[in-house]
This record gives sequence, C-alpha cells and structure tokens, in this order.
Amino acid sequence: MTDLLSKFDPLIQERENLLATGVKDPFSLVMEEVLSPTVAICNGKETILLGTYNYMGMTFDDDVRQAGLKALEEFGSGTTGSRVLNGTYSLHRDCEEALKEFYDMDHAMVFSTGYQANLGIISTLAGKGDYVILDIDSHASIYDGCAMGNAEIVAFRHNDVEALEKRLKRLPAEAGKLVVLEGVYSMLGDVAPLKEMVRICKENGAMVLVDEAHSMGFIGENGRGVCEEQGVIDDVDFIIGTFSKSVGTVGGFCVSNHPKAEILRLVCRPYVFTASLPPSVMATASTSIRKLMHSGNKRAHLWENSKKLHQGLRDLGFTLGTPEAQSAIIAVIMPDLEKGAMMWQALLAEGLYVNLARPPATPANMTLLRCSLCAEHTSEQVDQILGMFEAAGKAVGAI
Amino acid sequence: MANREEIMAKVSELIGPFNNKGVELAPGTTFQGDLEWDSLTVMDFVAAVEDEFDIIITMNMQAEIETVGQLADAVAKLMEN
Ligand SMILES: Cc1ncc(COP(=O)(O)O)c(C=O)c1O
Repeated sequence: MTDLLSKFDPLIQERENLLATGVKDPFSLVMEEVLSPTVAICNGKETILLGTYNYMGMTFDDDVRQAGLKALEEFGSGTTGSRVLNGTYSLHRDCEEALKEFYDMDHAMVFSTGYQANLGIISTLAGKGDYVILDIDSHASIYDGCAMGNAEIVAFRHNDVEALEKRLKRLPAEAGKLVVLEGVYSMLGDVAPLKEMVRICKENGAMVLVDEAHSMGFIGENGRGVCEEQGVIDDVDFIIGTFSKSVGTVGGFCVSNHPKAEILRLVCRPYVFTASLPPSVMATASTSIRKLMHSGNKRAHLWENSKKLHQGLRDLGFTLGTPEAQSAIIAVIMPDLEKGAMMWQALLAEGLYVNLARPPATPANMTLLRCSLCAEHTSEQVDQILGMFEAAGKAVGAI
Repeated sequence: MANREEIMAKVSELIGPFNNKGVELAPGTTFQGDLEWDSLTVMDFVAAVEDEFDIIITMNMQAEIETVGQLADAVAKLMEN
C-alpha cells in the first residue's frame, strides 16, 4: 500500500527541525479566554492581540452581542439547510439588505465564508473558454476558485499595471474575461492601484471582481473599501467580502449591480450545496454592518494606530512590507522561518500575539510577522506593543 | 515566423539571466528539478518569454510544461495560432 500521507514527509521534517530548536509550535496556540477585541489569555498570560484582523473591534460590541443572543433565543441555533431550500430565514434576507445599504448596490448574496464566496463566484462566472486574469499574490481562495472552474488562468506580476494591460491586450478580443484583484493584499498590507487597473480592464472589455476582505469598514469614505477610496466602485462588477474581519463574525458575500446577479444563487455550487449560516451569526453580522456605516471616528483612530505602529517599528530598525502604512496590516519581514519563529515566541513571552506567516502563503518565500491593528487598541497599547517589539527584537538579535 | 531552432535559441537566451547554477541546457532540462526555480522565478521567466514572443502562456499550460523542449514546442504552437 502506498501511504498517501508520505508526500508530506518534507513538511513533517521541517516542522520537527523547527521544534527541535526549542521554539513552541506557532501554529497551535490556544486562546484560553478572550477578554476583549484586543486582549486574551494565552498560556495563562494576559496577551495583547495584534494579529486577529478584528479591525473594527466589533466582536464585543454590545448591540452586536445583544442581536446575536436575541436571534439565538428566537430562531434557534442553526438552520440545518441550504440557502436555496430551508436555510433562508428573514435574518439572512435582512443581512443581505444591510449589505446593499452598506455598499449602495442592488444585489447581495451571503455565503457561509469568504473563502466559499471566492470559490463560488469565480468558478461560476468564468467557464470553459473564458479567462481569469489574476494577481500572482492572490489569496488562496481566489486560486482555489480558479482551480475549481474550467477557465484559462493568466497571472500577472503583483500590482503591476503594465503587466496586466499587456496580458489583456494579448487575449482574444471576443473571449469572456474576469480580472480578479484585491483592495488590500493581506500578506504585506499593500494597496492595489485599482484606479488604473479598473480603467484598463474596462478599456479591454474585461469584467472586474475585487476582493475587499481587508478594507471593508475601514478604507474609503463610507468604509466600502479601496474601490471607493480610489473612485472606481461604480466600474467594479463584483465585490467579494467577508464577515470574519471588520464585521467581527463569520461569513462571506458578493455584492453587485449586475442586473442578472440573482441567477448566481441557483448556479453557484458553494452557495447551494452547503448549510447557511446560523441565525445568530446573521443577526450579529447585520447589526455590525449597519454600525460600520457610521464609524468615522473609529476609522480615524485605526488609521492613527496603524501609522503610529508603522513609524515606531521603522524607528526601531525593523524591515516592513510597505514604505508607509497603507492599511491596518503592518508586516514585519523576518530573514527566515527560524528567526521568525524565535521572534514570534519572544513576543508571545512578552505578552503579544502576532501572526506568523510563512511560504507558501507569503510572496517571494518571505517569513512575516503580520500585525493587524484594531480600532479598539488604545494609543497606550500601541506604545506597549512597540516596547515589546524592542525587547523581543533585541533578545533574539532581530534588531 | 520563427522556426523551432530559433525559438529554442531564444528560449535558452532568456533562461540565461535566471540560470544561477549555470546548468547546461538541453531540450530535456527541467525547470524545477535541474534549474531549481521557485514559483517567483518561474513567473518572471514566463513573463519574459511572453513578452519576447507576444503570447500568453496560461497557468493551465504551464502546469503541463516541465522541460525546456516542451516550452519551445508550446511557444511554437502558440505562434502558429
Ligand atoms: C483576501 C481574502 N479573501 C478571502 C478570505 C476568506 O475569508 P473567510 O475567512 O471569510 O473565509 C480572506 C481571509 O482569510 C482573505 O484574506
């Protein structure tokens, strides 16, 4: 018998080697208690959370929690059904209404996760003979959406406007084309030049999908994302998003002004062949989305936090993923996985949690300590965080 | 239109700047095994080939191409269309 798991031996070996150096497994941390959007107890120690994507700190919002409790009481714990059978409650419809209000768009479709939204929409839109043109640094869910469909896949260099244009011009004029972009790229926290890219897509007859997972609620005047910030939201055909970041719960969605968008509900397999989200999740999501429409002050504070952390880390001598803070993600570039894991552990010992990101999730084989700020981090917490980075960085010789 | 030898010569020339190990090139030379390229190098090289011949080599096609010879064949085929 061939052991089907033997293909993972190199990875098993790499993990063993890493753990043999004495570092804790960075991929099996347990949060024993969660005290707020910014503080949890890990290994019995109070820990500041700086790697949760809980950008707007909605997870502990009183109105959000109340709405969830009420829905749990009134509608029960789960729907036990697909959106197209018994799994659409008034709360699912209301959540889609909230999204339409938030984005000022005609159609909204809620999926069980953002991963499934990308998987479903991309694989359904682009069929045999069509082309998907995507940024090489796209999220795994975008690549998996491509793999699930039957379209031809064309990648271009990260955020390279000219590379995108050249490729679009070389494709057959009459072929169906879907360009998939992200507003904020989650590994380095850099923003896409959507203004130029969307214009080029339109000039070359391509439809455009933008994944705004990491900008919703924060970037743009109304928090609609990088498309809004750069003034191209009306030219984007589909926006994909998630409830697992700024919204502070779980779920994914697609919003669109396309007049035929509703048909996707019947033909999109990751929408049809899975159970819908529990009523309590829908109630927390709708409440959170509506509150995010009026969160200008929180957005301003999150920008302050992001800029302060970026400047502070630069002053300490760390190498960062972007020259200035472009989003609420600040990525610290580490020389290799071993140093990254040591630094990650030293930060945890100081009482700080960040995300350790490693290849193949990262571009250019980088090891990153990814920090994501929250609007609920106080300015004092950011000072504390910088102190912890200084102590840990010196302890492991990273600065 | 370029013939097969010309394509092969041009492809070999384009491999040059990425051939850090100085591997001797033959039609059977593999990108992953012999040249030991990572995904980023592959992308830069594919972009160089695409620009040189003004073609698109989709990721679906790339998945089928393992050797320098297969690449030259694929380029020749794309140039015909
Ligand atoms: C760019 C991007 N798209 C989609 C997703 C998937 O979101 P979800 O967590 O809802 O599956 C994520 C987050 O993991 C993401 O970073």
